[in-house]
Amino acid sequence: MEAEGRVPGPPLPPPSPGSGGGAGARADAPAGAPGAARGPPLAAAAEVLSLDDEEDDLEVFSKDTSLAEVNLFSPSMPISPSSMINQYKIEDEPELRDLFITVDDPESHITTIETFITYRVVTKTSRGEFDTSEYEVRRRYQDFLWLKSKLEEAHPTLIIPPLPEKFIMKGMVERFSDEFIETRRKALHKFLNRIADHPTLTFNEDFKVFLTAQAWELSSHKKQGPSLLSRMGQTVRAVASSVRGGVKNRPEMFTEMNNYMETFSQKINVLDKIAHRIYKEEREYFNEMKEYGPIHTLWSASEEDIADSLKGVASCIDKCCKATEKRMAGLSENLLPILHEYVLYSEILMGVLKRRDQIQGELDSKVDALANKKTEKDLFSEEIGKLEDKVECANNALKADWDRWKQNMQCDMRSTFTNVAENNLRYYEECLATWESFLASQTVDLHVEADSEDRP
Amino acid sequence: MESAEAEPSDSRPEEDGAAPCSGLPPPEQPGATMEECLAKKMEITVSEAEKRTGRNAMNMQETYTAYLIETRVVESQSEGQCAPVDSLWRRYSEFELLRNYLSVTYPHIVVPPLPEKRADFVWHKLSADNMDPDFVERRRIGLENFLLRVASHPVLCQDKIFYSFLTQEGGWKEMVNETGFQLKADSRLKALNATFRVKNPDKRFTELKHYSDELQSVISHLLRVRARVADRLYGVYKVHGNYGRVFSEWSAIEKEMGDGLQSAGHHMDVYAASIDDILEEEEHYADQLKEYLFYAEALRAVCRKHELMQYDLEMAAQDLTSKKQQCEELATGTVRTFSLKGMTSKLFGQETPEQREAKIKVLEEQIQEGEEQLKSKNLEGRDFVKSAWADIERFKEQKNHDLKEALISYAVMQISMCKKGIQVWTNAKECFSKM
Repeated sequence: MEAEGRVPGPPLPPPSPGSGGGAGARADAPAGAPGAARGPPLAAAAEVLSLDDEEDDLEVFSKDTSLAEVNLFSPSMPISPSSMINQYKIEDEPELRDLFITVDDPESHITTIETFITYRVVTKTSRGEFDTSEYEVRRRYQDFLWLKSKLEEAHPTLIIPPLPEKFIMKGMVERFSDEFIETRRKALHKFLNRIADHPTLTFNEDFKVFLTAQAWELSSHKKQGPSLLSRMGQTVRAVASSVRGGVKNRPEMFTEMNNYMETFSQKINVLDKIAHRIYKEEREYFNEMKEYGPIHTLWSASEEDIADSLKGVASCIDKCCKATEKRMAGLSENLLPILHEYVLYSEILMGVLKRRDQIQGELDSKVDALANKKTEKDLFSEEIGKLEDKVECANNALKADWDRWKQNMQCDMRSTFTNVAENNLRYYEECLATWESFLASQTVDLHVEADSEDRP
Repeated sequence: MESAEAEPSDSRPEEDGAAPCSGLPPPEQPGATMEECLAKKMEITVSEAEKRTGRNAMNMQETYTAYLIETRVVESQSEGQCAPVDSLWRRYSEFELLRNYLSVTYPHIVVPPLPEKRADFVWHKLSADNMDPDFVERRRIGLENFLLRVASHPVLCQDKIFYSFLTQEGGWKEMVNETGFQLKADSRLKALNATFRVKNPDKRFTELKHYSDELQSVISHLLRVRARVADRLYGVYKVHGNYGRVFSEWSAIEKEMGDGLQSAGHHMDVYAASIDDILEEEEHYADQLKEYLFYAEALRAVCRKHELMQYDLEMAAQDLTSKKQQCEELATGTVRTFSLKGMTSKLFGQETPEQREAKIKVLEEQIQEGEEQLKSKNLEGRDFVKSAWADIERFKEQKNHDLKEALISYAVMQISMCKKGIQVWTNAKECFSKM
C-alpha cells in the first residue's frame, strides 16, 4: 500500500472465493441493483479507508440507514451482516444524501507576494463523524489541488473527479476575468459534489478536513503525512518495479478497459473540438445577424407602402438574433463544460489504469524474482501474499468504480445531449412563432387590399 | 421685353401610357391594356441554356452560353389544339443589345433590367464563374423574367424590334443597328454635365433620383450582409455533420448507448445536408431583390433623361434671351451690357446703318427660330414628364407588389427552415433520450 503513513493496514481477511474482479457481476451494474452478486472481498477494499473511518462506518451503518447515495455496489462498505442488510436498504432509497456542499462567493485576496482568489465552501451534513452540522470555510485553488492529490494517493485505482485546469491556454481568457472565475467556481463545485457522491471518497479523512478545517488548521494538516521526498521515493520505486507496467499478466477486463478508454479518449476530444467549433460558428452567425435586421429598418424609412412589411421583417430577424444568443448560451453553459470534463476524465482514467498496471507490475516482478531465489521463499511468499491482496484490492476498486463511472457517464451524456436537442428545439420554435405571426399579419393585409381595390 | 422662359415642368400626367415625346418613333397605337399585352397573347419561355464555342470579333475562340427562347401563340379558343412552338437561340450580348435599344428608344420608360452580367454578392459556396451551372440556371430564369416583364409592359410590348427578337432568328442584329439608335443615345458626359448644371428640374424627379439612390444603396448593403449571413448559416449546419461520424465511431465501443448515438448521428447528417436546399431557395429571393437593385438604375436613367431635357431647354431659353437682348441693343443703339462687339464698335467706330439693319434681320430670324424651338422643346418636356410619370406610377405599384411578395416568400422560407429544424431536433432528442 503506497500511502503507508496515513493508513496503517489492518490484518487482511483472506479473499473470498468470488474474487477476481467479479466479472460475472458486471451485468448487474445498473443503478439500484443489490450488490449481492458481487463476491469481491469488501474487507480488502476497506483498507483504502483509514482505520478511523472504518470504525465510524460500521457504527454509522448499524444506526443510520440514511447514507450517501449508493446506487451501485460500493467497494468501500466493510463487510458485515448488518452493513449488508443496510446496504440493501440504502439502495432502495438512492436519493438520500447526508452531505450537501456548495462552492460560491469568489473573493480576491491581495498580498505583497501574490494575488489569489478564494471560494467559500459551505457544507451541511447530518453525519455523525462531523462535529457540527454546518461548516463554512474559504479555500483557494491550491487547496483543491492538494485534496485531489491526497485522494489519488489514498485511492490509486479509484476515479477521482477532474479539477478545472490551472490555466486556460486557448481562448486567451484572462486569469482573473469574471467568466474564468465563474467557470472555475462551477467546476470546483462539481468536483466536491462528485467526491461527496462517491461511495468511498466521501468518507475520506482529508476530504473531511478540507470541508471543515479553518485556514490555519488546514495548513498544519497539510504538513502532516509523508514528506514530498518520501512520497516521490515511493513513486520511483513503484515505477522501477513495474518496468513493463504489469501489462503481461493483465486481466482481460482491464485490457478491454484500456482499449475502450483509448477510443473513448479520442472520440471525446474530437467531440470537444466539434462543440467548440459549433459555438464559434453560431457566434459568427449571430454577429452577422445583428447587422441584418437594422438594414430592413433603414430601408423602410425610404418606403411608404412596404414600410410595414420591411419593419416586420426587421423585427423578426432581431428576435431570431436574440434566440440565437440564447442557443449559444445554452451550449456554453451545458455541453461545453461537460465535454471538457470528460476530456479530463479520459486522462484521469488512463492514469488510473496505468496505476493499476503498476501495482500489478510490483507483484509480477516480485513473483519473477521469487522464481529465481529458492532460498528466501518464505519471506518472499509473505510479501507476495500482501502484493496479491493489494492487486486484488486495486482491481476490485477499479472495477466497481469503473462501472459507476460508466453509468454516470452514460447519464451525463444522455442528459447533456438531450438538453442540446431541447435547446435547439426551443430556438427553432421561437423563430417559427416569430415568422408565422409576421406572415399572418401580411396575409391579412393582402386580403384587405384585395377586397378593397379595383385591380385593372 | 419678354424673356423666353423654360416652363416649369411639373404638369400632372392624365392618362396611362401616353404617347412618347415627339422626335422619337411614334407608337402605332396608344399603350396596350393588360389584355392586349403581348404577354397575354404569347407564351414566352427561356427554356434551355447551352454551352457554345465560336469565334468572336477578333477571330479568337470563345466559349459562351446560348439560351433557347420558345414562343407559342396563345389561341383565344384553344380546344386541345396547341399552336406550334417557335424557338430560337440568343446569347446574353443580344439581350444586352435589345435592352440598350429599348432604353434609348423609350427614355421615358423604366426599362426592365437584365440579370447581372457577372455573379455578384456571392457567398463562398457559389462560384463567381459565369460558366457555373447554378449561375447559368439562375441567369436563364432571370432572362425569362426580363422577357416577360417587357412583354407585359403596355408600351414596350408593342415594339417591333422586341417582337423580332423573339421570333426572327437571323438578321435581327442588323435590323437593330439599322434603326440607328446608337446615334440617339445621350453621351454620359453630356448627361453628367446636365445633372450638375440644371437649374429648375421637376421636384418630383429630384425626389425620385434620391429615392433610387437610396434604394440602390440599401439593397446592395442588404444583399452583401445576406450573403455573409448565408455563409455563416452554412457553417453552423455543416459543422453539425461532424457529429455523425464521431457518434458512429463512438457507438462502436458502447453497449447501451450505441444505438442512440448511431441514430442521433444519422439525424445530425440530415440536419447538415438540409442547408443546401434552404440556401438554394434563398438565392431566388436574392435574385428578386437584385432585380430591383438594377431597376433603381433604370429609374435613375429616366431622371437623367429629364435633367438632360430640362437643361437643354434652359440653355435654349437662355440663348433666346441673350439674342433678344442683342437685337434690342442694336435697334436702340444703347449698349446695356458689356460686349466685345460694343467695345470694338466704340473703338473702331460704329457700323453703318446698313450693316446694322442686316444684323438685326439675322437676329430676328434667329429669334423666330428660337422661339419655335423653345415652344416645341417645352412641349417635348411636358410630354416627357407626363408619360414618364405615368410609367413611374406603374412601376411603383409593380415594385410595391413584387417586394411585398418577396418579403412574404422570405418569411415562408424561414418558416420552412424552422419546421425542418424542429423535426430533425425532435428526432435527435428522442435518440439522445434513449442513450
